Amino acid sequence: MADVKLHGFWASPFSYRVIWALKIKGVDYEYIEEDLSNKSELLLKYNPVYKKIPVLVHGGKPIAESLVILEYIEETWPGNPLLPSDPYEKAMARFWIQFAVAKASVYRAFFVSTGGEDQEKARKDWLEVLKILEDQALGDKKFFGGDTINLVDISYGVLAYWFKNTEEVIGIKVLEPTTLPRLSQWVQNFMQVPVIKENIPDSHKMLAYLRIVREKIIVAEQHNK
Amino acid sequence: MAKEVKLFGMWASPFSRRVELALKLKGIPYEYIEEDLSNKGPSLLKYNPIHKKVPLLVHEEKPVAESLVILEYLDETWKHNPILPQDPYERAMARFWGKFIDEKLLPTSAKVGLSKGKEEQEQAMEEVHDQLKILENELKGKEFFSGNSIGYLDVVANILFWFRTEEEVGGLKVLSTEKFPMICEWIEKLIKIDVVNECRIPKEKYDDYVKLRQKASKSASS
Repeated sequence: MADVKLHGFWASPFSYRVIWALKIKGVDYEYIEEDLSNKSELLLKYNPVYKKIPVLVHGGKPIAESLVILEYIEETWPGNPLLPSDPYEKAMARFWIQFAVAKASVYRAFFVSTGGEDQEKARKDWLEVLKILEDQALGDKKFFGGDTINLVDISYGVLAYWFKNTEEVIGIKVLEPTTLPRLSQWVQNFMQVPVIKENIPDSHKMLAYLRIVREKIIVAEQHNK
Repeated sequence: MAKEVKLFGMWASPFSRRVELALKLKGIPYEYIEEDLSNKGPSLLKYNPIHKKVPLLVHEEKPVAESLVILEYLDETWKHNPILPQDPYERAMARFWGKFIDEKLLPTSAKVGLSKGKEEQEQAMEEVHDQLKILENELKGKEFFSGNSIGYLDVVANILFWFRTEEEVGGLKVLSTEKFPMICEWIEKLIKIDVVNECRIPKEKYDDYVKLRQKASKSASS
């Protein structure tokens, strides 16, 4: 059995997507923590295009981009399937995963918003995205994948944990039971799933890190204006 | 049988043309509905309420949106003439490069059109060139992006035809044969294939389309 390695970063939601999928599938892997301020030679060799984590290396062959890695894991270890088998349902799952990519800029705008009208607009735009997700993707299901989590839930894990922490850093709540009851319930359910509960960064460390990252980005954006 | 598959598309959209090309390569009969993007039809809005965009595939009344999602759906539903490779690692590579084209190359080339002033435009062009160099590298030692015959990545890379057509109608020259010999050779190879040619935009039609767009953006900014 060829060996599996994962180059990741403790605070990255993209890194965790891969960890969760590997754990659900019961795949043994070696984890390599990358220092993003001092990336390893190996990482730069494995991902010359983006120079980013996560990178999965299977039998010496590297794969970059978390969503591409997820599909690879699903196809290589088909036990405990994380995508529907029906082509149409699979297409719908992929559509919703892609929706997250399409709306990433809306999330980012909210993340770096500092106050006033800009922040109010960013909050409204982001709320609209979450409403669509709750209404059209989740509906009345327990998880996006139905009774159990699948790649869609894994892709949106960033909401359940990283976004909740972001709300605390910014001091504005968007994903609440009053505004998004079903999505809020999904957050609770998702965080209770054993593989998720047991594989999540430390909250205090995460909050401190998010504060620093947000500050850095805001300062950088102000410089660019 | 043909009525089973409908494609809502737009003749100048590379994303729409991708799906057409895949349908033709796989020999899937379909009904094509041309959408006027300034006046979208009720069927399109009903089937794709979230993005309200083309291309939109409707198979047995079930809608599938987003060109890359549609390509995967086509391969999984019609198993003959596969466009994606069979091996999981090769598939991962095809998907990786597809994402690179749509999430990196395309937004960067859009920046060129949106840039104000020569300096900004030159900077954007340099970024496009850097990314095209990376893509060009993927053709090394291969007939096509997908190997010996055209496949998923060649279909997704159809965007390169648009770069070429923009040049032909007097736009910026992005794809010179000196800088990108392999991509230019790939284009020449591809346009000799009938079904690919059917899914290209005719230069004359595109010329008018670009002029109309330029007029529209000028009046929008005035």
